[in-house]
Amino acid sequence: MKGAYLDHASATPVRKKVLEAMLPYFSEQFANPSNVYDLGSKVKAVLEEARIHVANLISADPAEIVFTSSGAEANNLAIKGVAFARQKKGKHVIVSSIEHHSVLNSARFLERLDFEASFLPVDKNGLIDPERLAKAIRPETILVSVMHANTEIGTIEPISELASICREKDVAFHTDAVASVGNTHVDVNALNVDLLSLSGASLGAPKGIGALYFNKKVRLMPLIHGGIQENGRRAGTENVPGIIGFGKAATLAKKELPEKINHVRKLRDRLVDGIIKNVEKVTYTGHPEKRLPGHASFCFEAIEGEALIFMLVQNGIYTNTGSACASKALKTSPVLGAIGLRADLAQGSTVFTIDAGNTEKEIDHVLEKLPAVVERLRALSPIWGKEIPEYEEDVCH
Amino acid sequence: MKFIKDQEPDESLDLVCRMCPMHLLEPGDKLKCMKKGQVLEVMTDYDGALEDIPDWCKKCGHEFIGMEEDDDYYKFYIKKKRDET
Repeated sequence: MKGAYLDHASATPVRKKVLEAMLPYFSEQFANPSNVYDLGSKVKAVLEEARIHVANLISADPAEIVFTSSGAEANNLAIKGVAFARQKKGKHVIVSSIEHHSVLNSARFLERLDFEASFLPVDKNGLIDPERLAKAIRPETILVSVMHANTEIGTIEPISELASICREKDVAFHTDAVASVGNTHVDVNALNVDLLSLSGASLGAPKGIGALYFNKKVRLMPLIHGGIQENGRRAGTENVPGIIGFGKAATLAKKELPEKINHVRKLRDRLVDGIIKNVEKVTYTGHPEKRLPGHASFCFEAIEGEALIFMLVQNGIYTNTGSACASKALKTSPVLGAIGLRADLAQGSTVFTIDAGNTEKEIDHVLEKLPAVVERLRALSPIWGKEIPEYEEDVCH
Repeated sequence: MKFIKDQEPDESLDLVCRMCPMHLLEPGDKLKCMKKGQVLEVMTDYDGALEDIPDWCKKCGHEFIGMEEDDDYYKFYIKKKRDET
């Protein structure tokens, strides 16, 4: 059966070259990099090379990279680590309302410790208004976190502009770039950020490895205390194969990125044009231009996203509702709520994330099958044909 | 303990929030890159550094010049006295 895996925001396959680079570090070169003897120091040297490759991908200094177990841990370290380190200066943090749960829940955790958290609203395309951020900053604000690109709606935020506002006011600025690193150009200097989270699983490295970039001037309280790994910023024996894989994936991603962007953008545009042309009552969510090149997200009126996904799977097509956590908890996605989508429309969220390995034939397969699947589900829907109001013009929370 | 004020360092290390033994490892690495006679400032909020850094200087053959207490952390000043650490 024909098929198409179009859920690369959830997981990417580990690339063959990445796996080959990792394999010797499981059972041949297995020594602990902290060991003083040669077996350990050899592994340590390769680990530091991987750090250089990861740093190069985002134009950072290798000394400003700390490896973590995931993008979620990197987000936790950024939010809590900065908050704990700067709490004598103030106890107010600002995060956008469309952040990943690892940022939102870190901010909520800080509220339990008598910090104050503000959740910045976005417009109907998911963009943060820089003026609104400037107004939200108070003398006691110590940290702002706004994601680079949103996994659910693909919107790319004006990070350098937001970060500059924070820099002027001596407020640390963090961006979660898990969705963007490997999918679009990311340069920590151009973005002007103090901290940036990234994940290996977004770019063909295995799950279980992430990293946090931090500007050397930013103090960071470690969350995992113990030994001297990661220069005392994150204790625990390093995930050596994971780090080596991350380094290899970063090298490949940097080399292949321009070509990948062109390829996935063409496929994405073909998919979007085809869906809008062939399916009625569908909303293209997120910003129409300022978005990830391989990202297309829709809300299909009068349809449950999960039902659509399961029906597409029967045709070999793999997509996502965009928010697995909200979906499993039978809740409306906070991101779609934040951009002002009505709850019933938000239920029909479906996200396609395209990678370098996808083909035009796969996109055409989706365009062939999707309209019929939508029609079939709508025929069963009790709300199909009823009037659904448009977006709210200004969304305030 | 010798307290000093307004010491001008050649290099500075911010180890605030970092735990033991980073207050000894990082100065060791940093001093390797510095010239004999230059002064390194080490900022740390680790109380154990009050004993450790002067002792470590003796063992390594560097001069512990003194320290200054800031609101949130200590500043230790070490003069590099020999080429190898």
